[in-house]
Amino acid sequence: MTAPLNRDQMAWRVAQDIPGGSYVNLGIGMPEMVSNHLPEDRQIIFHCENGILGMGPVAAMGEEDFDLVTAGKKPVTAIAGAAFFDSADSFAMIRGGHLDIAVLGAFQVSAGGDLANWSTGLAGSTPAVGGAMDLAQGARAVFVITEHTTKDGAPKIIPECSYPLTAAGVVTSVFTDLAVIDIGKNGPVVREMVAGLSFDDLQARTGATLTLSPTCKVLKAPALKATQRHPI
Amino acid sequence: MSIDKRVPSLEDAVRGIADGAVVAISGFGEAGNPTELVHALIEQGAKDLTVVNNNAGTGRMGLAKLLAAGRVRKVICSFPRSAKSVVFQELYKDGKIELEVVPQGTLAERLRAGGAGIGGFYTPTAAGTPLAEGKETRIIDGRDHVLEFPIRADVALIKADKADPFGNLTYRKAARNFAPAMAMAATLTIVQAREVVGLGDIDPEHVVTPSIFVDRIVEVSQPISEAAALLQQVSR
Repeated sequence: MTAPLNRDQMAWRVAQDIPGGSYVNLGIGMPEMVSNHLPEDRQIIFHCENGILGMGPVAAMGEEDFDLVTAGKKPVTAIAGAAFFDSADSFAMIRGGHLDIAVLGAFQVSAGGDLANWSTGLAGSTPAVGGAMDLAQGARAVFVITEHTTKDGAPKIIPECSYPLTAAGVVTSVFTDLAVIDIGKNGPVVREMVAGLSFDDLQARTGATLTLSPTCKVLKAPALKATQRHPI
Repeated sequence: MSIDKRVPSLEDAVRGIADGAVVAISGFGEAGNPTELVHALIEQGAKDLTVVNNNAGTGRMGLAKLLAAGRVRKVICSFPRSAKSVVFQELYKDGKIELEVVPQGTLAERLRAGGAGIGGFYTPTAAGTPLAEGKETRIIDGRDHVLEFPIRADVALIKADKADPFGNLTYRKAARNFAPAMAMAATLTIVQAREVVGLGDIDPEHVVTPSIFVDRIVEVSQPISEAAALLQQVSR
């Protein structure tokens, strides 16, 4: 089988599905990498829930402005045409259905599009939700970017989430290292798979029952080097 | 008598904050934190506080220092967990602090509602999740909504960029975040501004928080950067 996509390739694949002109929020972690891989001919406006429309690239080392950070607290830049606003307005944008796409990470996605990405529910862990529930509930489309299985090989796309939900029935599409899967009315539909992987192989790594799209294509991404991370 | 909300010192700015007060503190991570006002509150000595903030302090200064000083009974926030949020984690694990986790948008809207005289609102956020347990729900336009109540604060500690003597405020970039909603939601709104300018120096079209929401202003021209301090620690 062909190697699964690496994290940058997964981010690249998500970026290909974001139409020009979209207003998009990228969640903390792997979703943030999507902004590094946008097709150059598309203009997309990134929303940060802490009050930025028109987030630009990460600030260069030594040129950080700590009044201009992402939701993940990383120093960034603002593009020409950016706007700043307060948290209440920011979440009006999110909840009010003005945001075209939220790209989020996931612990689990259910066959019906339920998302669990904020808490493992384990005793002793500190609960922390941030803007995850608002984004999952409010964005018009929710793209999930996640490895297909956990590090232990347990499936992350399953019939029902066992972790506490972030939002019910909200996920539009899941982009994994093995496949692109749309959550349809009758459950998950495989739109793309990496070469050399059979549908049965993919199903074996998935808890929920999959359907193969009649137009299923090969999931391909260019060779990409890992992107640099800011130390804060 | 002319209106002038400037006070001469940080000590004067935090005077009279009572034990048991609900204190809303602006800021998101390290952006927009009124670090000097929080340190003045530590000196002032009020205890048994309930703090409303998006986070629960990072590093060892500002809100983290207030928590470490044992002055806070409860934190209402959206995201208390981060790699650098060490003080809160220790207190929480030892059962020494109470936590109410609120989705970030619900936190902002509860503050806004508190300041706007709204008795509550229904939001789809958190419907069907553990954070909606025990709350009244209602189906509106075919979607589940959760009833949320306003947050009123006794005191708001706010960091602004510019203030005029009336208390009109502007902010800098993403340091605005929760400050406007908190300024509205508090009975006593205390502002540290990087620069106090004259009346009319802020174009009325550019005022972000109008003066009616502000009670005291103190100029802190070179505020501590909690983020820069953290970055220094990282690169060492």
